[in-house]
Amino acid sequence: MPDLAQENAPLYEALEQFRQRRVVPFDVPGHKRGRGNPELVKFLGEKCLSIDVNSMKPLDNLGHPSSVILEAEQLAAEAFGAAHAYFIVGGTTAAVQSMLLYACREGEKIILPRNVHQSVVNTLVLSGAMPIYVDPEVEPRLGIPLGMRLAAVEAAIAAHPDAKAVLVNNPTYYGVCSRIEAIAELAHRHNMLLLADEAHGAHFYFGADFPAAAMAAGADLAAVSMHKSGGSLTQSSILLAGAAIDAGGLRQTINLTQTTSASYLLLASLDLSRRNLALNGREIFAKVRQLSAYARDEINLIGGYVAYGKELINHDSIYDFDDTKLSVFTLDIGLAGIEVYDLLRDEYDIQAEFGDVGNMLAYISIGDRPRDIERLVNALAEIKRRFGRTPIALPVQAYPEPRLMLSPQQAYFAAKTTLPISASAGRVSGESVLCYPPGIPVLAPGEMITPEIIDYIRFSKDKGCLVTGTRDQAVELIDVVEE
Amino acid sequence: MELWFSEMHTENVRFSIKVDRQLYSGQSEFQRIDIFDSPEFGRFLTLDGFMMLTEKDEFIYHEMIAHVPMAVHPQAKNVLLVGAGDGGVAREIARYDTVKNIDVAEIDPEVVRVCREYLPQTALSFDDPRVHVYYEDGIRFIRRCANQYDLIIIDSTDPFGPGESLFTKEFYGSCHQALKEDGIMVNQHESPFYAEDAKEMRQAHKKIAANFPISLLYQAHIPTYPSGHWLFGFAAKKYHPLHDFHADNWSKLGIKTKYYNPGIHRGAFALPSYVEEMLNDARS
Repeated sequence: MPDLAQENAPLYEALEQFRQRRVVPFDVPGHKRGRGNPELVKFLGEKCLSIDVNSMKPLDNLGHPSSVILEAEQLAAEAFGAAHAYFIVGGTTAAVQSMLLYACREGEKIILPRNVHQSVVNTLVLSGAMPIYVDPEVEPRLGIPLGMRLAAVEAAIAAHPDAKAVLVNNPTYYGVCSRIEAIAELAHRHNMLLLADEAHGAHFYFGADFPAAAMAAGADLAAVSMHKSGGSLTQSSILLAGAAIDAGGLRQTINLTQTTSASYLLLASLDLSRRNLALNGREIFAKVRQLSAYARDEINLIGGYVAYGKELINHDSIYDFDDTKLSVFTLDIGLAGIEVYDLLRDEYDIQAEFGDVGNMLAYISIGDRPRDIERLVNALAEIKRRFGRTPIALPVQAYPEPRLMLSPQQAYFAAKTTLPISASAGRVSGESVLCYPPGIPVLAPGEMITPEIIDYIRFSKDKGCLVTGTRDQAVELIDVVEE
Repeated sequence: MELWFSEMHTENVRFSIKVDRQLYSGQSEFQRIDIFDSPEFGRFLTLDGFMMLTEKDEFIYHEMIAHVPMAVHPQAKNVLLVGAGDGGVAREIARYDTVKNIDVAEIDPEVVRVCREYLPQTALSFDDPRVHVYYEDGIRFIRRCANQYDLIIIDSTDPFGPGESLFTKEFYGSCHQALKEDGIMVNQHESPFYAEDAKEMRQAHKKIAANFPISLLYQAHIPTYPSGHWLFGFAAKKYHPLHDFHADNWSKLGIKTKYYNPGIHRGAFALPSYVEEMLNDARS
């Protein structure tokens, strides 16, 4: 890669050149620079449609990159401090799938926290790997799931020395980080790969004083959502690989599921976002943190709300905290997080990231303006004034430990029957049940349904938690493995 | 040589004033600020290219936004002006000896500085000892206020750019909280005439009406604003702008005005039918 620096954006530059050449298209896509779909041009703009093109020599090919995409990926690898970087256009879900499919084959074990993203459990269904769950503690006051304690990972490794990999959320949705450096070291000492779900951690690579980024901490693979904190288009993502990974083998694994018609809009957005982060990241994220800190202080001044940050750090299950995240505990004003989330949208035209029972999360990023932060704070003050009630207690109870009877794949593809959840004790679940909060699966495919689990689901529903995951939308019925 | 200032009132309508010379042009943290001299309208101020005030017609706007509420609530002592960095509203409010305190929450110190230098006609009011300027976003300033103002006047720019948060439901809610139990809020309420402006106008009315038991609009004729037909919002917890208006009491104050008078006060609340219809739609 001669003469290329982070100031370059080879893929973007190639697309700009391509646009100037006015090549006559006798290839797909059939809209031919938008001419075949004037309504779409009017909606999205001519510029957008003019680069919605197919792979071709001057624009490289995502499946087997050899020119501008390869260069863009190499620049990304350099920017993130990885040996290799792979552009992904199927969302971070696709990056997670490729990472797990590469790391563990059918029947092999992977150690992971119970509060993994749904895409992880789904990939285990695809791959046939066996999950070994580490129970993340739940913060008793806020009801949010935390990171993995180092001792808990050690115990899991001791019990399953044949596991192939350990997966870490870096950070969780709420911004909680595990002690990833030590966990990586531990995993490597036992010949396991260290995988990181960095769906919420792209900024760790570019700002000052952030929690450790996975690659710097010694991770072997990391799935990084560039479209979240990185500023690229929705569905664009990057999979990073360390030096111990077989680069060609990983490319093959990615190609098992990745489209052969990758969108150049998404790819170009990755290239430009990488350049922007590499050149301006420190400045950008200093501003994001400042906005977040300001919002946190102002929200705490309202009274009743608890906007929390680094003070949660306990050097173990909350080893570090991503303070760009603006999470607000709402139960002390008598409203559930989800209620505050709904009121913000319905009453004030403000769309927050999510609400669970105890918390509301506002996503603060590269694109925020101080005036919008002011609106958010005022709206929260107004919600308290207009809708506030007496404080309510957090509905959490002891979390039932999973008992794996079959691999998720075996259970998912087994012959199944449908039972009322209340009558399913003693059977093996064929699907997942999730409760928010704390956003941890209560059941995953292959796990034994116990009376405690049935109680937990009932309790969560009664307390107004969001319960999802089953084929039955009402979550009254569950598919269990036929005996 | 011909030099013209032009503002697009819609995509298809251009409004131009012949300019003698440009006196100032600068970019603040928040907006572009320009001052011109013109043969017809005298000196004028634009923000981001939008007309804010001219020496010739500013009296209409400032008198109408200030005297209408003051005539309904003559006991008002503590007044908050949001925006208002040119000093015009403060000048009118300061004419009431009964007013003890005038707080001005203006986001942009540069507007005040430039107006003090080039527009003493309005900015002279900043020398009044009752006037206190706070350089802060109005929405932030008001968050900390509760039950303390008799009158809040929102003299904002348009609902896009730095003034957009002053057209939100959360801001109007905070104003309600900041007012005493007999407080009044008056705001610059855009124009009903061109479709884009009218949309903002309807939305603002809907949001204000959701926060205040009394919410009416009144109008004035302002030659340099889009269409010339401009609206103000009158929102109150207790006082009705007509039922609680005592013309004699106001006349006794002996305040000499160029536009406002008791007849205009009553007449200004009579709105064209198409505007009434828009407001009914907005409330339903």
